[in-house]
Amino acid sequence: MNLIQETTEQTVNELINNDYQYGFVTSIDSDTLPPGLNEDVIHKISAKKNEPTWVLEWRLKAYRRWLKMSDPEWAHIKYPDIDFQGISYYSSPGKAGEGPKSLDEVDPQLLDAYNKLGIPLEEQKVLSGIAVDAVFDSVSVATTFRDSLEKAGVIFCSLSEAIQKHSDLVKQYMGSVVPYSDNFYACLNAAVFTDGTFVYIPKGVHCPMELSTYFRINEANTGQFERTLIIAEEGSYVSYLEGCTAPKRDKNQLHAAVVELVAMDDAHIKYSTVQNWYPGDEQGQGGIYNFVTKRGACRGNRSHISWTQVETGSAITWKYPSCILAGDESIGEFYSVAVTRGKQQADTGTKMLHIGANTKSTIVSKGISVGHGQNTYRGLVRMTKRAKNARNHTQCDSLLLGDQCGAHTFPYIEVMNPSAIVEHEATTSKISDEQLFYCQQRGLSEEDAVSMIVNGFCKEVFKELPMEFAVEAQKLLSITLEGAVG
Amino acid sequence: MLTIKNLSVTVSGKEILNGLNLEVNKGETHAIMGPNGSGKSTLAYTLAGHKECVVSNGNILLNHESLLDLDTEHRAHKGLFLAMQYPVELPGVNNMTFMRESLNSIRRSKGEKEYDSLELINLIRQTAKQLKLDEKLLKRNVNEGFSGGEKKRNEILQMALLEPKLAILDETDSGLDIDALRIIANGVNMLRTPERAIILITHYQRLLDYIQPDYVHVLIDGKIVRSGDKQLALELEDKGYNWIVDGAAA
Repeated sequence: MNLIQETTEQTVNELINNDYQYGFVTSIDSDTLPPGLNEDVIHKISAKKNEPTWVLEWRLKAYRRWLKMSDPEWAHIKYPDIDFQGISYYSSPGKAGEGPKSLDEVDPQLLDAYNKLGIPLEEQKVLSGIAVDAVFDSVSVATTFRDSLEKAGVIFCSLSEAIQKHSDLVKQYMGSVVPYSDNFYACLNAAVFTDGTFVYIPKGVHCPMELSTYFRINEANTGQFERTLIIAEEGSYVSYLEGCTAPKRDKNQLHAAVVELVAMDDAHIKYSTVQNWYPGDEQGQGGIYNFVTKRGACRGNRSHISWTQVETGSAITWKYPSCILAGDESIGEFYSVAVTRGKQQADTGTKMLHIGANTKSTIVSKGISVGHGQNTYRGLVRMTKRAKNARNHTQCDSLLLGDQCGAHTFPYIEVMNPSAIVEHEATTSKISDEQLFYCQQRGLSEEDAVSMIVNGFCKEVFKELPMEFAVEAQKLLSITLEGAVG
Repeated sequence: MLTIKNLSVTVSGKEILNGLNLEVNKGETHAIMGPNGSGKSTLAYTLAGHKECVVSNGNILLNHESLLDLDTEHRAHKGLFLAMQYPVELPGVNNMTFMRESLNSIRRSKGEKEYDSLELINLIRQTAKQLKLDEKLLKRNVNEGFSGGEKKRNEILQMALLEPKLAILDETDSGLDIDALRIIANGVNMLRTPERAIILITHYQRLLDYIQPDYVHVLIDGKIVRSGDKQLALELEDKGYNWIVDGAAA
């Protein structure tokens, strides 16, 4: 029996009348830089983090480049100009220079905040086999299970710590998949990134547990610019989970993260995201701008990178987790559910760049638009000359609830190789009155019927998520759909 | 159990049922026959509370309680079941999950304890076995890619699980070959109990060879124009509906 679907009913009822349950603010002394961005701020961030010179130089190079770039306008989204001088670029819980070293030293209020989010950092996690690297605003405050990971030779720590302790690895790989000059927001991130996660899986190691990070933006007006870097050496395997929640704020907040994945020969990285940043209210006030650059490089032969995302939050989501399939026979996958309701906008999809021979990619995108939600799938499949016998299959389905919402599909397909096969399937559907009547005739309420049908629509994607996340994803979907009909 | 009084119904502004009366007691099986367009399916949909069927006059009472103010799902909670002529597909929704949600919704509405997953699997499997249904149907998505016969059998399975007080079968026999028809008929016969009423809506007498009704009614132009026992069905088979239309006119 499918555990995922078992929870639907219960959670719908549990969560009724619960608009955004993560909208609490934790009051902790924080060490925050005043708003504004200039070279001095970048020097200060770097100094606070006690970074080696090469990092500072990299940041400055990015900053100078960023000044010459402009905000991209090609996405199918609308938002007012962002005042980059109105954002504070550094916020660390606790007093400057006193980073907590173990859970005991962590502010109890902070731990309480995590508990409200349902992420206990205690023993339960051992049972569920998850190690959590919690990013609270900009600095990683607690990392669990590092010991058992260390025994396997896995490095799982904050990026700041990695810069201190594994500087060579960071220097070798950071910016190698997403160069600092890649795009406007990636460039800004390179200049001001404050923390993030670093994962290194040595040759032949199957990471003994699912690795998980919870990001949480707490300070008002704090842009969060984390960077994640995951390196999987030859023949290794890692599954990484990323979940996001943010408290309710009136003003829009910017989240411009960068994620880089590197997979060597026969390595497999599975990266899963459940994103429910605050979406703003029904009138479109507030909410997170989620402008993220995620890219994985399948450098090795037979390497495999798989992105799974469930995007229910944020006022605007703008991201394209991509795969560069350089190694022969490498595999890229993208499974996505994106829900937009109220005034939410999403322009999301993927890029699959086939370079190696016999490379394969699969894209499954499920867009759900509710109310006034606007949902765009944008995807690029490129078969280069070298990519002999490369294959892609894309399936792009949209579901509309109500008559004010929109679904848009922009598939770009570039084939420079006669042996390549590219398939694209797309559907747009609505939940029909007859489907609802059928469910209601069998005793289900309209809301439960919608939730069940939408979950059915997303099943192909949910089954790619690790179990705990699949349950959370279904909960989120149910909350998002509340009051969507009737 | 079911009392339909002087019922008039419009669909998209057009009057389909026009002063229909019917009384069904518990333990009885009634067959409603009639030519195409006579309002048979509209009657079924109206009883189940489909939004498109607008009741302009009359009343429907189930155990002395009017159904007109109840939504479709609340009528289902009261024990009304409609086996549909064209069961819809629910892509991606597992059949077993659907049945569990359905059964538990109805149990909850009655204040009964919900089944846990294990009890439910056993119950569903057992019922499927009694009805000689292939268990594979349970693992598939609701009606998705089912043949016509499989869809109808799936309806009968749900009917057996939900144990309705009043079961309405809307042309369940249409599009079935003789073997599928027998399986369905056996299923329905198993569900005939002294407490349950069944209404069979059908074009053809053939179904009534397998399910012997207590009463047969002929519906023409939104009204029941003749009622009788199963002999009436045989006469219809022999003489056609025109016989009654002409008779009524005469």
